[in-house]
Amino acid sequence: MKYNYKVPCCKDQLQSVRDFVRTTLGNYTISDVEMHQLVLAVDEVCSNLMIHSHQCNPKHSLELRIEIDDNKGITFEIYDFGKGFNFKKYEEPCIKQIIKDRRKGGVGLLLVRRIMDQIDYDFHKKSQRNIYRLHKKLAIQPAIRS
Amino acid sequence: MVDVRTDFEGDSCLITINGEVDASSSIYLDEALEKAVNADVTKILVDCQNLNYISSAGLGVFMSYIQELEAKNKKMVLYHMSAKVYKVFEILGLHQLLTIVETEEQAKTGADEI
Repeated sequence: MKYNYKVPCCKDQLQSVRDFVRTTLGNYTISDVEMHQLVLAVDEVCSNLMIHSHQCNPKHSLELRIEIDDNKGITFEIYDFGKGFNFKKYEEPCIKQIIKDRRKGGVGLLLVRRIMDQIDYDFHKKSQRNIYRLHKKLAIQPAIRS
Repeated sequence: MVDVRTDFEGDSCLITINGEVDASSSIYLDEALEKAVNADVTKILVDCQNLNYISSAGLGVFMSYIQELEAKNKKMVLYHMSAKVYKVFEILGLHQLLTIVETEEQAKTGADEI
């Protein structure tokens, strides 16, 4: 199954992104812990793009696609226009150094890497869009509702 | 959306977090912690029972005060945290750098061990 969602680049829209992911994954058998982590991975990539690539410009938007395959697992794809960021090549920060520097940020993509099994960045020439792809191998079944 | 409440009692500050802490709402947690760190208290207890979600922005706020708390000889203890939220702290190893306990009692005892 595939699910799509388009969201303006405003930080206060992150709640709606999380709600969309929760509602979508809520149709499947998934634990609270796994749900929180997958919602977090999507939230981190979206917030990074909204803040750093789009400077929170509400005229810009991100498109989120969720693909769920019973055998392969869950794939999130986030599309945007503009300057891309190859998050696959990003260097992992040192947690102890961040604490020493009293920095409040810098661990979002580290979380994404540790949560997901695979991350990829692509630039689609024809549509001029960046694609940020996150994949998690997970045995997932539609939830049976009584 | 998040609601962060700060209550002072004697030498303690109790911070109660209700809701979701993300890149847009972490400022409220930051303001509460800043207030507690600069107040005349030695213990900061953070009730996470109704903390339903935390992203790196929220973790970053907690991380940014670790040094200052040590320098000021104050103890911060987080408690009543759900398994899903605890897991996020664990992924980065923050469960070893912050004091996280299960109950309010343990939090109060833990905060006494300065």
